[in-house]
Amino acid sequence: MREEVIVRVGAKVLAPFIITFGLYVHFHGDYSPGGGFQAGVILAAAIALLALVYGLDAVQKVVTPRFVRACAALGVIIFAGVGVVTMVLGHNYLGYNALAHDPRHGQHYGILGVELGVLVTVFGVMVTVFYLFAGRRGRTQ
Amino acid sequence: MLLTLLAAAGLALLRVRNLFAVVMLAGIYSLLSAGLFTVMDAVDVAFTEAAVGAGISTVLFLGALALCGHHESKPGHTPLLPLFVVLVTGGLLVWGTMDMPGFGDPANPVHHHVADHYIEESYPEIGIPNVVTSVLASYRGYDTMGETTVVFAAAVGVMILLAGRLGRRPQPEGKGDGG
Repeated sequence: MREEVIVRVGAKVLAPFIITFGLYVHFHGDYSPGGGFQAGVILAAAIALLALVYGLDAVQKVVTPRFVRACAALGVIIFAGVGVVTMVLGHNYLGYNALAHDPRHGQHYGILGVELGVLVTVFGVMVTVFYLFAGRRGRTQ
Repeated sequence: MLLTLLAAAGLALLRVRNLFAVVMLAGIYSLLSAGLFTVMDAVDVAFTEAAVGAGISTVLFLGALALCGHHESKPGHTPLLPLFVVLVTGGLLVWGTMDMPGFGDPANPVHHHVADHYIEESYPEIGIPNVVTSVLASYRGYDTMGETTVVFAAAVGVMILLAGRLGRRPQPEGKGDGG
């Protein structure tokens, strides 16, 4: 697929929009359908699209396997970290009311925080799995 | 209409032996399910189904196909025993649903345990309009954290199985790559 001009240009044009849409889905998840999980999958899909069109090596130079593996673990840490922060502030584990004076603002920040954790983990996991499958040499290519 | 298309895609999935076509049909099946969820007003579920089922898993299946070839071999045994098992299990499940309350009845217990509280109080308590998000991330925050951990654990499992070059010594018997 590397030689197809239309596919290459199409992927190049589409990828930034897909990434932007993924971020929109994440940050707008409070008001519209979506959230960290869907956003992570959409971001991973953008990486997969680029890798399918431009080849795995080119994409792995930008988004390294090491980075996505770290992402997968980092997201869980962010999620659990939000819980620890609320505990330090004197509330229950994952009791977001602690994060701001107005409980509703606290809930808002807490939800954005944990959803960010979900986003980072799902993105890292999906891209890691994709890299592992796509990076192996098969019987038939 | 959507259900008819779903059934058609499912039957086609059973008949086709070319795995490439199977992957594409599975993607179509997921997309149709997403449409069905949208019709039933479960937009969040539809979103996830479209992104995961029709998007990423199709790509992952294609990656797996590149490893194992494009054609499914004929099964080497008669399908009678599996058919029997499936029929018995299906029959038991249908029999089990006899006791359940009527489908879609608003008076069902499942709609009145905590759902009332979520629907009526989530905006005053959480302050965001999307009830799905507030249930997912706030009321059921522990569950979602466990879910995130499960996703992470899945990736670790795949890494252990597939990433031979992460510091593991090569297999002495030449099994190695190749699948």
